[in-house]
Amino acid sequence: MSTESTPDRGATPALGRQDIAHLARLARLAVTDEELDRFAGQLGAVLDAVAQVQRADAGDVAPTTHAVPLTNVLRPDVATPSLPRDVVLAGAPAAEDDRFRVPRILGEEE
Amino acid sequence: MSDLTALTAVELQAALSAGETSAVEVTRAHLDRIAAEDGALGAYLFVDDDAALARAAEIDASGAAGTGLAGIPVALKDVFVTEGVPTTSGSRILEGWRPPYSATVATRLQEAGTVLLGKTNMDEFAMGSSTENSAYRPTRNPWDHDRIPGGSSGGSSAAVAGRLAPLALGTDTGGSIRQPAAVTGLVGHKPTYGSVSRYGLIAFSSSLDQAGPMARTVMDAALLHEAIGGHDPRDSTSIDAPVPTVVEAARRGATGDLAGLRVGVVRELGGEGAREGYEQGVLDRFAEAVALLEAAGAEVREVTCPSFGLALPAYYLIAPSEASSNLARFEGMRFGIRVGDDGSRDVDEVMALTREQGFGPEVKRRIILGTYALSAGYYDAYYGQAQKVRTLITRDFTAAFDGGVDVLVSPTSPTVAWSIGARVDDPLAMYAADLCTLPASLAGVPAISVPCGLSDGLPVGLQVMAPALADDRCYRVAAAVEAAQGAPLTDRLAERAA
Amino acid sequence: MSETRSETLVEFDDVLTRYEPVIGLETHVELGTESKMFCGCATTFGAEPNTQTCPVCLGLPGSLPVANAAAVESTIRIGLALGCRIASWSRFARKNYFYPDIPKGFQTSQYDEPLCTAGHLDVEVDGETYRVEIERVHLEEDTGKNLHVGGATGRIHGADHSLVDFNRAGIPLVEIVTRPVAGAGAKAPEVARAYVTELREIIQALGASDVRMEQGSLRCDVNTSLAPIGSLEWGTRTETKNVNSLRSVERSVRYEMRRQAAVLDAGGRVVQETRHFHEDTGSTSSGRSKEEATDYRYFPEPDLVPLAPDAEWIEKLAAGLPELPAARRRRLQEEWGLSATELTWLVNAGALGLVEQTVAAGATPADARKWWLGELARRANDAGVELADLAVTPAQVAELTALVAEGTINDKLARQALDGVLAGEGDPRAVVEARGLAVMGESDELVAAVEAAIAGAPDVVEKVRGGKVQALGALVGAVMKTTRGQADAATVRRMLEERVR
Ligand SMILES: [Mg+2]
Ligand SMILES: [Zn+2]
Repeated sequence: MSTESTPDRGATPALGRQDIAHLARLARLAVTDEELDRFAGQLGAVLDAVAQVQRADAGDVAPTTHAVPLTNVLRPDVATPSLPRDVVLAGAPAAEDDRFRVPRILGEEE
Repeated sequence: MSDLTALTAVELQAALSAGETSAVEVTRAHLDRIAAEDGALGAYLFVDDDAALARAAEIDASGAAGTGLAGIPVALKDVFVTEGVPTTSGSRILEGWRPPYSATVATRLQEAGTVLLGKTNMDEFAMGSSTENSAYRPTRNPWDHDRIPGGSSGGSSAAVAGRLAPLALGTDTGGSIRQPAAVTGLVGHKPTYGSVSRYGLIAFSSSLDQAGPMARTVMDAALLHEAIGGHDPRDSTSIDAPVPTVVEAARRGATGDLAGLRVGVVRELGGEGAREGYEQGVLDRFAEAVALLEAAGAEVREVTCPSFGLALPAYYLIAPSEASSNLARFEGMRFGIRVGDDGSRDVDEVMALTREQGFGPEVKRRIILGTYALSAGYYDAYYGQAQKVRTLITRDFTAAFDGGVDVLVSPTSPTVAWSIGARVDDPLAMYAADLCTLPASLAGVPAISVPCGLSDGLPVGLQVMAPALADDRCYRVAAAVEAAQGAPLTDRLAERAA
Repeated sequence: MSETRSETLVEFDDVLTRYEPVIGLETHVELGTESKMFCGCATTFGAEPNTQTCPVCLGLPGSLPVANAAAVESTIRIGLALGCRIASWSRFARKNYFYPDIPKGFQTSQYDEPLCTAGHLDVEVDGETYRVEIERVHLEEDTGKNLHVGGATGRIHGADHSLVDFNRAGIPLVEIVTRPVAGAGAKAPEVARAYVTELREIIQALGASDVRMEQGSLRCDVNTSLAPIGSLEWGTRTETKNVNSLRSVERSVRYEMRRQAAVLDAGGRVVQETRHFHEDTGSTSSGRSKEEATDYRYFPEPDLVPLAPDAEWIEKLAAGLPELPAARRRRLQEEWGLSATELTWLVNAGALGLVEQTVAAGATPADARKWWLGELARRANDAGVELADLAVTPAQVAELTALVAEGTINDKLARQALDGVLAGEGDPRAVVEARGLAVMGESDELVAAVEAAIAGAPDVVEKVRGGKVQALGALVGAVMKTTRGQADAATVRRMLEERVR
């Protein structure tokens, strides 16, 4: 869905440690240095393999996002019972005051 | 009765309705076998003897045992959420989690009167072909404990092949029912995408995931399929159509008559010029199976599907991309484990640590790959292009089915079960195991794996693919193959053990 | 991050001598559906925390979304009311990012295939019409709500930890995005406000949402930028969040114009950032600027199938649209014979609908207007509430005017009757009866009062008899005083005239 420019076909940018670190941050994965090295090697090979999709002559082919051609699958606007709150919070790693307790947020103020 | 674990679901049904045994006896027999064998096999992640026996007693008391699947034990891959019963998806990140609801298929099996034996091991989040990626332990192949049981539904395949359950549910995203079925000598079917509810199936790749049956015979698989199939309003991608009459098709196929059926052998899947990576034993058994189909009256011809060669790269972009998003909810805030929340770390750090310690290496690799494929600037070249390839693959299927074949066949897996540890550090070698199963996954069409003999004493599977919603064709052909072989392949495993 | 140091600001009029403001608005509206966007949980505002949640809106593993038909229809209706093109093919997309109030690690939204595009909304400021182009109207879901614990009261910064309530997560949210609005000059802040006001009324008329800004069911992000006059390029914009009232919409634009002008005047560059609006000071402050641009990795939501509204469906929805506010205003202005200014007063007082309902209940337009803009407006103002929130219904106001018209009470008594209505004593007629407020007829008591007044002021009587008719007023006043205002002044005057002549 990106509208930004795409890299040259066939030119697969190798994934370096820095790229992996950036992607890991985006994906909220705290990776160790050792993992960075290992993943850089392994993912480089995998990326070379998957980049073969670029060989397909698929210029004006419509992408398939759904294997079944359904549209307008809708639900009537009717309220149904929710889960009991004690059940909801029973699975939480931490709860307080009937809410999910989470560590301090450094993000932007809402 | 002698050994209740040796019986198929059909045989158990008969024995139960004849009053020759009870659901409790059948359940106890399986629990005993689990207690004896599973230490070595590692098929189950969770078994609750008391709950299973209580449930069996309830079915016995209701007098329903023997009607349909009532009173018959089943095992569920741990990817299905089960209310109050631990569900991990093979991951450390869900350790200890007891879901507050059940998957639609689990509810349907409950309503059918089956007895839940337990939850089976799997590659973490269904990512793998060997069940070595389970966070808990590897599962072993009952045919050879030094070999893998396939994956990701390896716990289910090992349980059913090893007679630790008569029936099991698996899920198949790129071959995760068919390949483990093939390498353990089982029947495993991936239904038409959208024909079995995904509600409560912990998502790996939403546009590909599909639940399906694993059993020792075609008829058993068909019975389980009919019990779980059909429209579910909780799943927007669920097709509102009747369940294909697979039991009837299995019965019809068991006559061994395939007269008039047109079979296409896919050139790109182990055919001339596309045999790299295929073991000779697999190709031999496959050729014999094709000959057998001809002998049953089928017209066989070779069909070319030029885009199938790109199924593997397309799959390994689409599945990781969707997975990177599907697995974002596992961040330790609402359920599952949380790591590092000692007051010193902020929420981003705790999320990252939880995911670092909660996920195994294969999951992380795929999340990173998927994050990359979806990121701005790369989307069109990777995810977008992969979905175009998906269209091309679907066109190949359509051309074949419109062009005069009723089903397509290929080996299910290019190799027999490999040795544990042989491919763990080589993702590409692991991915190659899915070569034959990926096209049907990407096109959403049904495909079954049925045993077609042994190679060096290890099972080989034949894959039968059909057009969407024509799952019955898969069962018919599979039943004919099974009939021609005389007995379920797993009988030979039992003989060997005896 | 709230900055305590005060920023340099340029006088508003001064800004306009050098810069041209460009504004843009992104408005989020929580739809008033019974159930959430993708699950059946109820949407009741103010429910106990986490009591309206389920596996779907908590993002539990395995759960799947199913779209709410009413939410889709409301979005299309909003699009139609804004003159948008309704897409024949539209999809949901996943906007991937991590935040503790986002249950799935992504927000289900729409990206490059929204339901409605290319509409417009005309707003009027000081008699001039400004066209605000609508870029898109799309459907998404709300997030949960964070409560920050520890540190300064309820603020995120300095908080120890936070507590999350997912009742709001998954409530359908319609996002309405304008194209940049240029050319409004000094009116830019008012155009922004007028746009939100008009949008709010349209959505209210559609019955799609209760659009209560104070409860967050309508939320605005206001983009502001300045370009040097004559420049062909637009300036860098800031996005002000937290703008929770109509007045704040106007003030935030005004503040940002003044602040950005100061930055530019000093040779600086406006930083593209999120800013927060502070109701108390009317100022904005910088949000944390992001170290790296967020990459949301949008892709089509595979768990939901495309929306493909056909012409028949869209036509049915279009046919069911109510009269929209602008058309209604034109009609009422004509029906009631109002000047443009009179209409503006009514609209600004939020009394248009109330007057319309009062007229529908039998009052004359003039009486209805008099009551709502006069006595009732004063009382609402005294009580510090909206006109509509007064404890009196249009039907009761109509009854009051009827009681006055039939002579049962006079205006003064009517105000006392209103006291009773507002105090919950019942409908006006019942209050009049219970409190004994009806004007006196020609009772013995009134005759006695009239005669006493005549007897008590022979000099006045003389003056009247001598031709100074206006002197009668003093006698009327005396009678009214004796009867504590309960007499009808006209009756008293007639009785006095009969006796004095
Ligand atoms: Mg939005
Ligand atoms: Zn819900």
